[in-house]
Amino acid sequence: MLFFFEVLIGGLLSGVMYSLVALGFVLIFKASGVFNFAQGAMVLFAALTFVSLLKLMGSEVPGDGIFLLALVITLAAMMAVAVGTERFVLRPLVNQPLIVLFMATLGLNFFIEGLAQGIWGNDVHALELGISDRPVNLLDLFAGKSAVAPTPIAPVGPIVDPVAPTGSGQPDEIVIETVNIAPTAIIVRGGILVSQFDLFAAAIAGLLVLTLALFFNYTRIGRALRAVADDHQAALSVGIPLQHVWAIVWAAAGLVALVAGLLWGSRLGVQFSLSLIVLKALPVLIVGGFTSISGAIVGGLIIGATEKLAEVYVGPIIGGALENWFPYALATIFLLFRPQGLFGEKIIERV
Amino acid sequence: MSATTRVIGEVLLKVEGINLSFGGVRALSEVSFDIRKGEIRAIIGPNGAGKSSMLNCINGFYHPQQGSITYKGQPRRQMRPHEAAAQGIARTFQNIALFRGMSTLDNIMTGRLLKMKQNFLMQALYWGPAQREEIAHREHVEKIIDFLEIQAIRKVPVGRLPYGLQKRVELGRALAAEPELLLLDEPMAGMNVEEKEDMCRFVLDVNEEFGTTIALIEHDMGVVMDISDRVVVLDYGRKIADGTPDEVRADQNVIDAYLGVAH
Ligand SMILES: Nc1ncnc2c1ncn2[C@@H]1O[C@H](COP(=O)(O)OP(=O)(O)O)[C@@H](O)[C@H]1O
Ligand SMILES: [Mg+2]
Repeated sequence: MLFFFEVLIGGLLSGVMYSLVALGFVLIFKASGVFNFAQGAMVLFAALTFVSLLKLMGSEVPGDGIFLLALVITLAAMMAVAVGTERFVLRPLVNQPLIVLFMATLGLNFFIEGLAQGIWGNDVHALELGISDRPVNLLDLFAGKSAVAPTPIAPVGPIVDPVAPTGSGQPDEIVIETVNIAPTAIIVRGGILVSQFDLFAAAIAGLLVLTLALFFNYTRIGRALRAVADDHQAALSVGIPLQHVWAIVWAAAGLVALVAGLLWGSRLGVQFSLSLIVLKALPVLIVGGFTSISGAIVGGLIIGATEKLAEVYVGPIIGGALENWFPYALATIFLLFRPQGLFGEKIIERV
Repeated sequence: MSATTRVIGEVLLKVEGINLSFGGVRALSEVSFDIRKGEIRAIIGPNGAGKSSMLNCINGFYHPQQGSITYKGQPRRQMRPHEAAAQGIARTFQNIALFRGMSTLDNIMTGRLLKMKQNFLMQALYWGPAQREEIAHREHVEKIIDFLEIQAIRKVPVGRLPYGLQKRVELGRALAAEPELLLLDEPMAGMNVEEKEDMCRFVLDVNEEFGTTIALIEHDMGVVMDISDRVVVLDYGRKIADGTPDEVRADQNVIDAYLGVAH
């Protein structure tokens, strides 16, 4: 039973990281009705800019003054990308069919990827955020004992996944689209072991998701956002400043990309394949619904938890590597039976 | 129509020498007219005459290549949609442009976005004032819902409503902004007789009770002659007549081009 919880909690924690990536998509989808193909590139751009700045300016330990300065500069760069996107890509395309906007984000994707690599090169960088990756025992944590676990014992099973979060293990190792043998949680008799880094990452991601959810659901920008997504002309006619709304939303998506880039980057190493986390967000969006912030949260948790549980309990029976395709299988089922996702709005067309 | 209680005031909007073309298509040529405070001003003309284009210039969707638009005494080359809305110009569309996923209530609430003082950030920070403000706006919107007699569909997503009611909700959204100038692009098109009568009554009531100035594009001549104070007639992008309904009806150009025998 403890083992079940260990797997479940590990899954939920990595699910929060999926939610984080999915959230970036939801924001832009809500405001412009398109799947922003460039979101992955933005994650890469943020992470690469940050790591390169750390090296360039010579940060010594994570969290020092230079570290913070680099963070601020990267954030500013993301805001610049957001405002630039609004000005030079979206504004000229007001009132164009959605497919045109989508194609524009496709172009933007390659532009940002190229920009990031053009400026910073395409080396693989390790990113150290200064959070220990040693597992802690949740039961001890609740009991108030010293929670840091002894040396990790046998991993649960091999996990082949270029973009899945992997927990404990070797913090200094750079993983390049490889086989990872480090599971998120590790079994120890009489305890639930969870990676400290996972806890930290989930806390940060959860905080960000919550803040954005409150901001966009409970302020009038939420209503403006829905209006803009629904009908550009009508939104303009009631005086909604389309340009501001877009800039705000892209800036928020930029912030999400930055946080996702740092967390995922320190997991997987900062490298080109970071932009592939787009692929992880897709099933989350399909399950949760493209238009709902709560959907992104719940969808991420569901995908995270079920893929880990399936991997551990069903994987051995049918030969493993389940984690790779399970989310997509789940998403396909949703597409068949509930195409709008759990929280999406049902689309009613009158013809 | 109780013309006695209505006051037609000074010029609210004046367009002069408007030229607008799309590629080779001349949508408007040298169009000039004015709209006075408190009046119902009709714009009529055959299909493709440039009526919608004229409204689109007034609220800033289209930018004429030449001409000037003087609103509240301030001349401009062109309007911008956000500026027009902020200055009290609201509108409805020939092809309904509602937020289809939202309820009637939410649609009408968007009409009040510009009236909300608390900006985005303040709203996130100060719950109290922002919430009080939201409630005040809700009350106003409920009044509009009562006025338009659409209480029953308050919570219904507008995409599900029949055409006639959608037009009414669109009017409600425009009214929510408490506009000084209301632009209505064929508000009665596609309606049955009963719906038309209702819409006519609402337009007249808005004009009389709130003193709102109205520019109205309409095809039904009976309606136009009944409710408007003055009529502009466009044909092929040019103004061919301008005057009271009686004057326009008697105008030979208008009879030839529009009201008269088939051409
Ligand atoms: N956005 C546009 N792009 C190209 N041509 C347009 C556009 N809007 C209007 N037109 C053209 O301008 C002319 C006038 O159209 P419109 O103003 O819609 O006429 P009306 O409302 O009187 O029927 C038509 O020839 C129409 O094709
Ligand atoms: Mg028209």
